[in-house]
Amino acid sequence: MPYIPHDGLETAAMLAAVGVERLDQLFDEIPPTLLVHDMVLPEGLSEMALHRELEGRAMSNAPLRCFAGGGAYAHHIPAIVWEIAGRGEFYSAYTPYQPEASQGTLQVVYEYQSFITRLTGLEVSNASLYDGASGLAEACLMALRIQGGDKSILVPENLLPGWRRVLDSVLGLQNIRLVSVPYDRATGTLILPAEAGDAAALIIPQSSALGLLEPVDALTDWAHGHDLLAIAVVNPLALALLKAPGDWGTQGADIAVGEGQPLGIPLTGGGPYFGFLACRKAHVRQLPGRLVAKTVDGQGREGFCLTLQAREQHIRRGKATSNICTNQGLMVTAATIHMATLGGRGLQQTAVLCHERAALLRELLTAVPGVSLPYGGPFFHEFVLRLPQAAVAVRDALLGHGLLAGLPLADWGMGEAGDLLVCTTELLEEADLLAYRDALTSVLETL
Amino acid sequence: MSASIFDHDHHFPGVELPSDIPAELLRKTPLNLPNPAELEVLRHYTRLSQQNFSIDTQFYPLGSCTMKYNPRIAHTMASLPGFARLHPDTPAPAMQGLLQVLWELQEWLAAATGMAAVSLTPAAGAQGELAGVAMIRAYHAARGDHGRRKMLIPTAAHGTNPASAQMAGFAVVEIPNLADGDLDMAFLDQHLGPDVAGIMLTNPSTLGVFERRIADIAARVHGAGGLLYYDGANLNAILGRVQPGQMGFDVMHLNLHKTFATPHGGGGPGAGAVAVQERLRPFLPLPTVGREGGGALRWVTEQELPRSIGRFSAHGGNIGVLLRAHAYLRRLGRVGVSRVSAYAALNANYLLKELQRVGYQAAFPERRASHEFILSVSDLQKATGIRALDVAKRLLDFGIHAPTIYFPQLVPECLLIEPTETESKATLDRFVAVMAQIRQEALEQPELLREAPHHLPVGRLDEALAARRLDVAAAQ
Repeated sequence: MPYIPHDGLETAAMLAAVGVERLDQLFDEIPPTLLVHDMVLPEGLSEMALHRELEGRAMSNAPLRCFAGGGAYAHHIPAIVWEIAGRGEFYSAYTPYQPEASQGTLQVVYEYQSFITRLTGLEVSNASLYDGASGLAEACLMALRIQGGDKSILVPENLLPGWRRVLDSVLGLQNIRLVSVPYDRATGTLILPAEAGDAAALIIPQSSALGLLEPVDALTDWAHGHDLLAIAVVNPLALALLKAPGDWGTQGADIAVGEGQPLGIPLTGGGPYFGFLACRKAHVRQLPGRLVAKTVDGQGREGFCLTLQAREQHIRRGKATSNICTNQGLMVTAATIHMATLGGRGLQQTAVLCHERAALLRELLTAVPGVSLPYGGPFFHEFVLRLPQAAVAVRDALLGHGLLAGLPLADWGMGEAGDLLVCTTELLEEADLLAYRDALTSVLETL
Repeated sequence: MSASIFDHDHHFPGVELPSDIPAELLRKTPLNLPNPAELEVLRHYTRLSQQNFSIDTQFYPLGSCTMKYNPRIAHTMASLPGFARLHPDTPAPAMQGLLQVLWELQEWLAAATGMAAVSLTPAAGAQGELAGVAMIRAYHAARGDHGRRKMLIPTAAHGTNPASAQMAGFAVVEIPNLADGDLDMAFLDQHLGPDVAGIMLTNPSTLGVFERRIADIAARVHGAGGLLYYDGANLNAILGRVQPGQMGFDVMHLNLHKTFATPHGGGGPGAGAVAVQERLRPFLPLPTVGREGGGALRWVTEQELPRSIGRFSAHGGNIGVLLRAHAYLRRLGRVGVSRVSAYAALNANYLLKELQRVGYQAAFPERRASHEFILSVSDLQKATGIRALDVAKRLLDFGIHAPTIYFPQLVPECLLIEPTETESKATLDRFVAVMAQIRQEALEQPELLREAPHHLPVGRLDEALAARRLDVAAAQ
């Protein structure tokens, strides 16, 4: 019996202790009409057969060199990251509700919170949310609680569309209006809104869905000038290079949120990743999710425990700051080990490498006949390419060359049919970039 | 406390930042993260891991959390490069292997729960709850039935239930339980009406007993125009034996990190797939996986499911967790699945009987335990002042993780104990022996419990100081 250790004698002895003869009798309080008669499930497999079957499935996913980003990025993950994160003591532990028996997880989360506050330049980070998009929804709800009485959020039109949809779903349930902030079709960057209306906050992506760096100082100051909170949306790896939200404008952003996947989390088709959320200490009581603090025991020894739990659903129930319970603990463990392994210097080197490779690829690809750049502004590691043919068709043709060439903006209902969002990370070496150029040249000639 | 990672800093000169990005967009302050050597990192986090209790190292009978063995093969399968390096925006024809796994999992979970359709996207139980109650809201709205603003929830429910209902815009009405553990039907009748959207229940309930009148409850709620939500947190108790669909539930979530053996990871990631009856299918959260006539698989989008409640994460949910749940289900198969609840119930009922034998009091002594049960140590408290918290902390000294304590709140000084089916009789017998010893200690040397734990890296922590000082990040 897979994973059930009882032998016949043990089962019989245990049934006797309970005072029944058969396992079925343990369910004698359940009305017989409710019992299952038939359940269409496959036969079980041995571990060996399971391995073979799933390896076949895994191998039937095409191995592609990845030039796609759009919120999920292919980075190198040092071997030690998952070697340690996969240890049973981290992998199979529960939420650290018994702190004396969970100091490992708790200290990791404290270190994680410390790293995130240093990356973002803000004072407090929670212990994670599900992903960047749902984290942004939580940040909006948090801003509405802080501001009180407001009814809307200003949302840039060049926010990743997948994130916008999550805002629609989550905030829509509470009848919160999302007011779009348009971007300049010529430069691709945001236009300062005409008015704030009844908004609680302005969302400011540091790097937009078009890969362009936004004028974060001006946007933050505009928000504060209109008594709005500034919610920064940031890529944590880019923060090794780019201005920390705490330094945006004259006062700094109030909340920073982002997708943690670039910090040591494999792509795995879209998840599990983790969302990070940091804020000013003044707003800590409106923070959703778990928070770890350092304290002492009766003998004065330092240790860590969950804190401000009265914000959370298991205490406050219907009046909690969020319904979140399980978050993305193991992903946070991996990200913490990842950040420690690369160190501040390694993170900066990686970020610089991503940028330099992207700049080189941009140069190589715009030299291909018919290919142009719709936007010229500064970027981190993603840029839009305007192709002379439909980007969807070009992307599909390049699959045959072993490349995932990027994301057609048409899939998002943005830009023109030829627009392709291309991303480069440190994983792609010069030979890969040249291979992309040659493949694109040949596909454009034959399509 | 283990040494801080901040003790291992090595100072390197800063990295030169690119000159083609305007200076006002670049980092103003140096990035002050430590730069330890790789071996220092390895030792530091290996040591930290050793300060955790976990299923892999300890018995972990944490009630309502289903801490069963997380088969390692599932981890190995989810880590295969063909899955791990797959970008979420890979066109469907190039990710058929992954879509096949997800499609099968949808089908199997529907079969296991007796529901018509499944969406795998919610990232955890609470997000599944939010999606579930959002579907109830969308269902009533689509029928032009706009007055249904109330959600009925038992007082003993998991805290996420009222929090999720609140987030979906409902007003929560709490329903009490009777002394025998069943729901108060008179109270239910009193509150059913045209303003009730539905009821959120788990069965067996958080009291560790099966709600015997579930069919009657379903008939009454449906009769009043409401829908029934099933919180799948306790599904392990009935897996393969009773289906929520057959009990009359319209919508539910499954905690794949409980029932389907995916790891808890020190607090996630989980997966909270939702399953619905046919009439709620149009409202499922996206994306789901669909199959075309020729067998090709693809993501289902808003075009096909225009009345969907939308999306709750940027991509397809916690796919790596779904891969693990799929591997577990495939390994067990039909026969293995139906054994789960049988042995979970055997272990729970055996443990209850044995603990009663050594002097502990059951909260519901007349009732059969489900996959878990509640003890109350009120008698010890009266006799010695010893509380459930003290028993829990003393257990840690014996290398056993504490059960859930003080939940559900309506049973005073309670311990909620869930052994799961993957524990052997020998482990359970040792737990009984330890519990017997602790009971003896409580009566003879209560300070031993009050000051526990004695053998862990830290003793009881000053949580008030933690909240007051709020040291939540290392000083720079």
